[in-house]
Amino acid sequence: MATKIKARKKGNATEILVLVQHPMETGARKDKKTKKLIPAHFIQTMVFAINGKTVADVDMSTGVSKNPLIGIRVKNAKPGDKIDVSWKDNKGETGGAKTTVK
Amino acid sequence: MKRRTFLKGTVATSALAVAATAGLLRSGQALAAADKWPAAAFGATDLAAATKAVFGSGGTVSKDIKIKAPLQAENGAVVPIKVITALPNVKSIAIFVAKNPRPLATKVDFGSDSVGFYSTRVKMGKTSDVVVYVNSGGKILKNSAMIKVTVGGCGG
Repeated sequence: MATKIKARKKGNATEILVLVQHPMETGARKDKKTKKLIPAHFIQTMVFAINGKTVADVDMSTGVSKNPLIGIRVKNAKPGDKIDVSWKDNKGETGGAKTTVK
Repeated sequence: MKRRTFLKGTVATSALAVAATAGLLRSGQALAAADKWPAAAFGATDLAAATKAVFGSGGTVSKDIKIKAPLQAENGAVVPIKVITALPNVKSIAIFVAKNPRPLATKVDFGSDSVGFYSTRVKMGKTSDVVVYVNSGGKILKNSAMIKVTVGGCGG
């Protein structure tokens, strides 16, 4: 599933925005045709790291919207710093994206 | 209360058993995943239980936690929420939607280089308070905002 990442300056901080294309199924919705429950499928954790050091560890559940857009801000990020974001869902699927601070 | 605890226990165990038999997760990984992702807090079905599972008792109302969100959300499936706080040493931020079937939507733990900021989009079944808890250097603070929802975002 496609993961997009963007880092931009916000005053003294750097904002990291991540967009994942993910259904974030609750497990409570029914398929309109088959009338069967659609199994839950959602991202559980997302870890933000800069130069290999974890700066934020996000836990989420089905309460987060489809195609999650998650943003955090860090201080002391320098141009050239490597940002690495990875996520994992309840089915064990993983994904992530990398970028560099400009 | 005992019955509820019992039911939760069996559901959690059977879910793990299903995952294990389906071969989705190796036993080691299953344990690690269960350890890391706070299933009890996310599974709690009322606000008090959910906040207690994450932060224990307590939580003082603080106006230093700013919640940027629409007053009225036309589509409950996608409600943008931004939390901004100038509180020192923010260790974690959690967002609860009081009237959702499972109030805890998301929680973030920060390292030392982060500032008190978190933005996300949540689902809201109906008009409800959105309650934000912040752990600022061990002190538990909270604030809330009422968001009106025209069309709920939890149904199909």
